[in-house]
Amino acid sequence: MNEETPQGKRLGIVVGGSLTEGIDVKLDSATPIEEMAVGRYVVIEGHKCRFFGMISDVTLGATNQQLTITPPDVSDPFIAEVIAGTGTYGVIHVGLRLTLSGDAMSILQGPQPVKTVPAHFSVVREASEADIERVFGQEDEKHFYVGTPLDMETKVCLDIPEFVKRSNGVFGKSGTGKTFFTRLLLIGMVQKKAAANLIFDMHNEYGWQVQSEEKRFVKGLKQLFPSKVAVFTLDEDSARRRGLSADYIVEIGSDEIEPEDVELLRETLNLTQPAVEAVYQFSRHFGEKRWLETFLKLDEAADTKDLLDKLSVHESSYRNLRRGLAKLSRLHFLVPHARENSVQRILEYLDRGINVVLEFGRYDDLTAYVLVANILTRRIYDKYRERKEAARGDEKAEPYPLVITIEEAHKFLNPQVSEQTIFGKIAREMRKYNVTLLVIDQRPSGIDDEVMSQLGTKVAYLLDNEKDIDSVLMGVSGKSELKTVLAKLEARQQALIFGHALPMPVVVKTREYGSAESYREFGFRDAAELKKKAEEDIKGLF
Amino acid sequence: MSEKIGEVIESGSGQFVAECYELHSPPPLGSLMKTSDGDVEIYGVVCNAATESIEPNRRPIARGKEEATEEGIYRQHPQLSKLLRTTFDTLVVGHSVGKQRAVPLHYLPPRPPRVHSFVYPCEADEVRRFTQSLDFLPILLGTRAGAVDEIVSACLRQASCAHDDRRAFLIKAGKELAVLLSGDLNRLNAILRRIRA
Repeated sequence: MNEETPQGKRLGIVVGGSLTEGIDVKLDSATPIEEMAVGRYVVIEGHKCRFFGMISDVTLGATNQQLTITPPDVSDPFIAEVIAGTGTYGVIHVGLRLTLSGDAMSILQGPQPVKTVPAHFSVVREASEADIERVFGQEDEKHFYVGTPLDMETKVCLDIPEFVKRSNGVFGKSGTGKTFFTRLLLIGMVQKKAAANLIFDMHNEYGWQVQSEEKRFVKGLKQLFPSKVAVFTLDEDSARRRGLSADYIVEIGSDEIEPEDVELLRETLNLTQPAVEAVYQFSRHFGEKRWLETFLKLDEAADTKDLLDKLSVHESSYRNLRRGLAKLSRLHFLVPHARENSVQRILEYLDRGINVVLEFGRYDDLTAYVLVANILTRRIYDKYRERKEAARGDEKAEPYPLVITIEEAHKFLNPQVSEQTIFGKIAREMRKYNVTLLVIDQRPSGIDDEVMSQLGTKVAYLLDNEKDIDSVLMGVSGKSELKTVLAKLEARQQALIFGHALPMPVVVKTREYGSAESYREFGFRDAAELKKKAEEDIKGLF
Repeated sequence: MSEKIGEVIESGSGQFVAECYELHSPPPLGSLMKTSDGDVEIYGVVCNAATESIEPNRRPIARGKEEATEEGIYRQHPQLSKLLRTTFDTLVVGHSVGKQRAVPLHYLPPRPPRVHSFVYPCEADEVRRFTQSLDFLPILLGTRAGAVDEIVSACLRQASCAHDDRRAFLIKAGKELAVLLSGDLNRLNAILRRIRA
């Protein structure tokens, strides 16, 4: 009864259900129920269009209650086979996701959201590779392959130009594969030339090679795309130790630090609210450019006390602030006045379409990270806004799209600070100025709801905290189904991806990263291969 | 075409009785027979067979007391084969029309076979063609003849021999029965036990 057709194997027929609750499908007797795993894709052939859905539940049914009370002699394989699918049968519950119509218009528009249900007894088939390809696209100049659906060999592709139009997030517990996936996304953006990336690389994981959990060295972006990636560092020594010659050593002038940067550091520097308020007073008093330098030089002399009285800053706040800011003086990249304008250099690279990885070297604590990321981003933001405004709608003059990658995002985007930080602003509105964020975090519940709701595409690895799951799935349709899926992900390399860059939520086994073959697929050619190609080219010339 | 084995001596829309030309050689229970009514070929399933005296009022008497073998009785009394006859009852389960007669129709023919129509056993490929579809099962199950379940299982066992994949045929038939008898599991189980391959 089961015919193999190009559309995929027949599974059964529609027997009931609704659009909101999903469709019930009675399995054919020849369809083995144990092969019907939750999360697999099916296609339902309606009269006018085809429906694309995902199995969300599997149940057992019997036509006659008596059968369940006095079961037939199933030790006899013949009787067991006769009863299967007739007296007893399997039912799968299918959540409808999309419709794929056959007419010319809809082929152009691609899959559409589902607004109706297929008629009774419509035939249900396994989704074939071609169906999945129609939904998730083929790898081409826009689509980047990120992984395969569970139990399938088809590619799931992200629409990268769509992806970079909005801010996106990668979430998951530590060790689930966030960094690997982020590396994939960055490669996708580099490969498809959709945007320039600025990566605040707290743990030096993106630019140069790192060890994977299997103790294998995997290449970084700079190794894969030497001409398209520049590595900037705050710590030249660390870079040298790892055998990397950085393209630029970043210095931050203390004259570049503004009171609101300190406000963002409140938590990491352990400052009190009055101490943060006092920063504004000092900045007004000493001048915006010199306040930090001067403040750190203040001594215990009596005139300091007078100054505090004058600015009506309480002594304890002053001490608290002093203790906190003293930590900044331990950051060696912080100099009174930077020799070169780092922001200008970064922008120069980004304008040429070269992606910048900013490594933090040994300064992998949050103070340095939050401070530098905030200072640089704020100024880049200003430049982008100026340029976008100057372009006045002239597309050619518009700045090249920029994606800023930040880790530990909840430090920048928590509800207390997201209103003030530049990152909160970017997440909410910078799309207009061609700048978006790629946030990476293990505690999505720590991120402001308003920011979370603005994220276009979310990639969720295993999360087991209820709050984190809720915050990631906020505002998604079919939340309860996705919640079960999310909680059942394997601990590594399986992610639920949903949002703007994909037509429907999908669980993928993420694409391989780290083997020689995977590098080749990314477009990397090793020295021997390049030499051979060059020789061939030379031969071709003459 | 196979050799004729008897002819119709009593005919009805749903059932006909045929007499065998050979004494004691009725077709097996459940086997598929055919007879024709002009253009229409009528198919039936053997549901009963009997050997009796040609005169209802004269019952045979035992004659073998002095004989060593059963065959000896018939040798001693050659008239016996003329005084006894073997008949079989056939349930009509379908027919086919037209010259090609390719497509069997699994419902009763418009007219019953004529009396004295010849009856032929169906050959394997004919059985296979007729049992390609199991739509005749409801007719068999619905008949008032005794021991229906025995007839159904005998018919399926017989028909399965004509199919290349005997087991697949029986499973298909079993599934059909499971649907038809979904309200009567005991009967279903009884038949399934009789046909299990």
